[in-house]
This record gives sequence, C-alpha cells and structure tokens, in this order.
Amino acid sequence: MIVGTATVVGPEEGNGPLANDFDIIHGDKMLGQKSWEKAEHMLLEEAVKLALENAGITKEQVNYYVGGDLLNQITSSSLTARTLSVPYIGVFGACSTSMESLALAAFLVNAGGAKHVLSATSSHNSTAEKQFRYPTEYGSQKPPTAQYTVTGAGAAVVASSGNGPVITSATIGRVVDMGITDPFNMGAAMAPAAVDTIQAHLRDLNRQPSDYDMIVTGDLATVGYQIALELFRKHNVPIEDTHYDDCGLMVYDLKKQPVQAGGSGCACSATVTYGHLLKRMARGELNRLLVVATGALLSPLTYQQGESIPCIAHAVCIENGGTGA
Amino acid sequence: MANKNTRKITPTQKEYQDLAKRIEPKRPVFKNCLRAFLVGGSICLFGQVLQEMFMHYFHFDQSKAGNPTVACLIFISVVLTSFGVYDKFAQWAGAGSAVPVTGFANSMASAAIEYRSEGLVLGTGSNMFKLAGSVIVFGTFSAFVVGLIYLIFGIDAG
Repeated sequence: MIVGTATVVGPEEGNGPLANDFDIIHGDKMLGQKSWEKAEHMLLEEAVKLALENAGITKEQVNYYVGGDLLNQITSSSLTARTLSVPYIGVFGACSTSMESLALAAFLVNAGGAKHVLSATSSHNSTAEKQFRYPTEYGSQKPPTAQYTVTGAGAAVVASSGNGPVITSATIGRVVDMGITDPFNMGAAMAPAAVDTIQAHLRDLNRQPSDYDMIVTGDLATVGYQIALELFRKHNVPIEDTHYDDCGLMVYDLKKQPVQAGGSGCACSATVTYGHLLKRMARGELNRLLVVATGALLSPLTYQQGESIPCIAHAVCIENGGTGA
Repeated sequence: MANKNTRKITPTQKEYQDLAKRIEPKRPVFKNCLRAFLVGGSICLFGQVLQEMFMHYFHFDQSKAGNPTVACLIFISVVLTSFGVYDKFAQWAGAGSAVPVTGFANSMASAAIEYRSEGLVLGTGSNMFKLAGSVIVFGTFSAFVVGLIYLIFGIDAG
C-alpha cells in the first residue's frame, strides 16, 4: 500500500508536459547550494520530507529507508539517511533503482518485517553528466540517441495498512547484456532487459498485456522504445492490447526541449510514476499499472575498458485497492 | 576478456545489434559537416579580423599580432563557457566549435568550473587538464617526432 508520495524536480522538468503533477519545481538547478551534488542531496531530502508529510507519519515511524541514486557510492541517499537517522538499506540499480527500492519496500512490508518503509531515489542532470560524461559546460555535441538525465527526486511511503494504491506484485529482473557498448545509446542497451522482465512478469502471473491499463518502461526514450516495440512483436507479446508508454518520453516535450532522445535517470521513472501516474490512478483513469524501471549498470571505467553495458529492469505492479491490508 | 577484438558475440547479440542499428537515428553527418565548416570558418574569420585590427590600429607585425588575437579568442570562449552558453552553441555547431583554440579554452574552463566544488588544488588544479591533457601530451609528442624526422633527414626548418 502506497500511502504517501512526493516528487521534486528541476527547471527542465518543470517546463515539461507533466509540470502540474510534481509537488515542488525548482527554477534553479543548484537549489542555492554550493555544488551539484549538494543540490541533488537537497532534492532528495525535500522529496523524503514531503512524502512523510503526505503519508501523515513522522520519521520515527519509518522502519526502513530503502533507496539509492546514480552517484558513486550512492552518496545522495546516504547523506539523506544521515539526516533522517532511520534504519537504512542502500541499493544500486542505476536508473532502475526507483522500482528496485519500491519492490524491496513492498517485500519488507509484505513479509511483516515493517509497518512503514520509505522508498526514495534521485538523480541530477549535472551530477550525472559530471560523473558519467563530460563537464557540464564542455562543448561536445551529443548524438540524437543520447538521453537527458532528469533532475529530480521521488519518494514513496509503503505501509502495511492505510489508504492508497496497492503494490500487488513485483518482478525483479535479471541482467541482460546484448553487447551494446555506446554509452550515448542507453535506450538500445536497456530495451532487451525491459522486454525480458515484462515477459517474465506476464509468464509468472499468467497474464496478458491486456490485463493492464498501462505498462510503462523507465527510461528507454525514443530509440529504446522503438526497439522494445519491435522486440515485443518478435516475441509475440500483444503489447498493443494495453497502453504502452515510456517515462523518458513522457517527462519532456521532445520537440521543444533540448533533450535528444528523451529523459533518463532514477528520477525519470520515479517522478513520472509517483507524480503523474499515481495521480491518474487516484482519479480512476488507471486501475492496474505496471511500471518497469530500466537501468544501465555501467560505470565510466567499464566502458572505457571496452566492457559492454549490462542492463536490468524491475517491474512493479500497482493497483487501485482502497482500504485494508 | 572484454576487449572489443576478442569478445565473442553470440548470434542473439549479433541479431539484436543489427536490429538496434536499424532503428537508432543516424547522426546527421552531412548537416554536421556543413555546420562545422561554417562555424569553424567563421571563428577563424573573426580571428583574422582581430589580427588585422591589431596590426592596423596597434601596429603589431604579422607574427606578433597572433598572440593578442589568440588571447582575445580564448577570453571570449572562457566568458561564454562561464555563462553557460558555449556548450549549447557547441551542440549546434559540433566540431566547428571544438577544433579552433576556443574549443581548447572551453575544455579547460569547463573542467575548472566543474571541479571548483572539490577545492582549488584537488578540484580545479588537478582536473583542469582532464580533457585538455591528452591534447597537450600527444601534441608535444608529435612535435617531438616531427622534430626528430627533421633532424634525421637534415631538413632545415628555418
């Protein structure tokens, strides 16, 4: 049961088509901080605080905080955990961290191990650029397949009882590596992982895509989305029976914003899911939603050494429930 | 053994990579070349104008006028980088903005700004040449090789 969520985003996302669905929009990428990293940390802390508020609980009631981000040693999350001072489980699944942490939170609650679990994740365009690519002000031309890391943070409180949408199942993905080595084409690298996890999910639960009102992938963006459609066709998955979309395509207006192929990053799936999609569920437009967050598990070191990009995807099924356990 | 030459690609991987290649949008090579030509050329033209100006109004001779010209271009590039304009310009211009001296200045200034948050010495100081370092290393090395060739074949470089 998701009893409270919050999303905080940066300026580029605030100019996007989903602006009305975010709780806080910052006009300044630095958030008045001294460094990009501190700004990301602030984003995450704000999202976490607001999610707890929206859930109507205090941080003392949080049994576990499960979260991660894109930075080395997931520092944004650890610093936020320092502020919260609640039991903390740091996880890393690159951009799939959003659903990885949500799935883990749901498992913890479901197993009776906790009453309230906080799941949160963040990413920041400039910290990601700095760590994975070039300095932010460096004038290098990005190819049309490149993606734009979402600046933002999303948090959700999973509780054993209360009002809100219910996490009914989750499928943890396996690592799929199709030998793609181009870090400027992550969509193509991640698409097979997303398709693999969706197929596994449907197989495990003996369901069809038509059983869902909507299936969204995390951050495949233009290229990956096209490839995923092609793969579904090849594997005879009738994806056209449901509404299939991608958070990386939803978060920006691709025609107007300078984001190349679309959005990426932990915050991409987190903010779109917790902000936009759950609001649509609350309005009754969607009843059963499958969110498949995709992650490219690369580091600057591995691809410089010629290693291909291992990818993963985690699926979480969220349904409108009502009250009760 | 993850080296590009030795890595074994399974048939499935091969098939997928062909699929991915078919779908991904191509870099607009011709458009990029044209823009690079125009922008790179314009920057050089602007440099030439500056140089003529220094020669005409400040009475530098041809060889000495190059120094203040380059300094001006570097200064403009660094200012544009600091205001966050150069990277947006470069996304449009491509190699046209990377090749001239302005691109070199941008690579140093951007790294210097980026790592300022890690302190003056360990941040800016040690990361400033992160991108420009390889240019200097290989530039110096190739100059050395060319010098050796000149020496061996007795070419008088004047």
